[in-house]
Amino acid sequence: MKDSVIQVRDFSKIYGDVVAVDAISFEVQRGEIFGLLGPNGAGKTSTLESLEGLRTPDGGSLQVMGINPARQSRKLRDVIGVQLQSSGLPDSIRVDEAMKFFSAYHGVAPRYDLLDRLGLAEKRRAQYYQLSAGQQRRLALALAVAHDPPVLLLDEPTAGLDVPSRVELHNLMRELQAAGTTIILATHDMAEAEEMSDRVAILLRGKIAATGTPLELTATGAGLTKVSVHTKSSSLSVPGVTFPAVSQQGLKDEYVIYFSSDIGPTVSAIIAHIEAQEDTLIDLRVERPSLEDRFLEITRTEGTNTGGTQ
Amino acid sequence: MSAFVNHFSFEFRTGIRNKTLLLLNYLLPLGFYAMMGLIMTEINPGFVETMIPAMVVFAILSGMLLGLPDPLVAAREAGIFRSYKINGVPPFSILVIPALTTILHTAVAAAIITATAPLFFDAPLPVSWPGFVATFLATAFSYAGLGVLIGVISPSSRMTVLWSQLIYLPSMMLGGMMIPHDILPEAMGKVAQLLPATQAMNAFRGLAYDLAADFDPWGSLIVLLASGMLAFGLAIYLFNWDRRNTTQRGHPLLALLALLPYAVGMLLLS
Repeated sequence: MKDSVIQVRDFSKIYGDVVAVDAISFEVQRGEIFGLLGPNGAGKTSTLESLEGLRTPDGGSLQVMGINPARQSRKLRDVIGVQLQSSGLPDSIRVDEAMKFFSAYHGVAPRYDLLDRLGLAEKRRAQYYQLSAGQQRRLALALAVAHDPPVLLLDEPTAGLDVPSRVELHNLMRELQAAGTTIILATHDMAEAEEMSDRVAILLRGKIAATGTPLELTATGAGLTKVSVHTKSSSLSVPGVTFPAVSQQGLKDEYVIYFSSDIGPTVSAIIAHIEAQEDTLIDLRVERPSLEDRFLEITRTEGTNTGGTQ
Repeated sequence: MSAFVNHFSFEFRTGIRNKTLLLLNYLLPLGFYAMMGLIMTEINPGFVETMIPAMVVFAILSGMLLGLPDPLVAAREAGIFRSYKINGVPPFSILVIPALTTILHTAVAAAIITATAPLFFDAPLPVSWPGFVATFLATAFSYAGLGVLIGVISPSSRMTVLWSQLIYLPSMMLGGMMIPHDILPEAMGKVAQLLPATQAMNAFRGLAYDLAADFDPWGSLIVLLASGMLAFGLAIYLFNWDRRNTTQRGHPLLALLALLPYAVGMLLLS
């Protein structure tokens, strides 16, 4: 039986004349990582901030572990950990002070081990303004999980992080998930969403344009397969060269990229063309479309349908 | 309790760690005190009679009006209060703890002034220490309330300076610190009673120095305390977690109610 931890029902948020979120609904199950994707202004942050109790919904209802975030902020703070998009800490606070400060308000012992784990051991005595952007985000994450909350809300957690920090953060997220923590991950990073999320919702202009597992979303696209080809003499780059079942093509770095609705005839024709031109095949990759491809497809379709530009 | 103590400890250290606050809590009042001691005592020998309370009131003005409001505005603008809300830091702590730590910094500056002025400038010590301490605390409380209230209602750092200066400059000129209240024209003297500094200097004269007060010094003490309580109450009522909140509990002009005790004092105290 499913155990729904977060329930969003017909939730709307309006700022003046602007409908930031328009009657969206979704649920997040216990232990799930739920990706919230969308371009800037899609409504991700409004949704997250309403779940965090920072905004009051203008319509519909929200529940986090049975708690109404707008009305039960005291109960809410014990069950959620939040990594905000903006800094959220005074410039002059030291790293160890910040851990002590917030742990005291949550009534738990400071988790200095998390600072070590997230690569901040040498920065314990540094003031917040002395940290790099990546270090600030790692500190924010350490503070968000220090009271061991069952629900974690992360807003662009890896923005500005270098590769090792990003890997460490992903490992920590997986550990937390394995321990039963439910995570909402708002991100622009499609690769991260695809890698980390059990399910995602794509928000566009305040509405959910698509939802499902990353695999479901990519499978429900136009059904095109991506074929990337790199040859020695670039014989494929010549204008006017076409292949069967290819609906779109483009160039990326040294690869010619085709989107095919029938992979067999397309690949056969490409290889035949390379041989006929006495060119040499260096690399040929056949991939299902990524979440990013699907995301771009959805934003293009929605933009066309509504006449919008996003 | 542990959270409150931690928060207090952090804010107190910020008052020294932050260069602007260090300047406003210590360097400006002590520098001004040294300058006034060297210059004013030569120009106006009568100044020395109330030099200690005047410089203590200046230290309070500097810390509470110039130092206290802007960090509150800056923290709200930077989203720090949002983070505090999520982690359970109550508005009471956000507003009262910086006020308490600033009072403590001001008390240190005041102690330095009080201890050194007799040695360096022959300034007389208070004749009543309880009266001196009570007036100091009431004045600091009153100005802290106003400082916090300005921090809450001010929409930006630029406006904070404007609101603070609206009280700071008249306090400096008409508050009885540089020019004795009794030599002001009568109408001007009445208007000056709207300033916390005037009430503070009057209470210091009557309750700490056994000098002739211009009006009832106990009344001044009550006015300072009443204004402080009103200002803190209004600050907590008008508090906003962030500037993007569209719901406000009251219009910022409600803050003017904090000056009501001074208006009543102006009418009743003579």
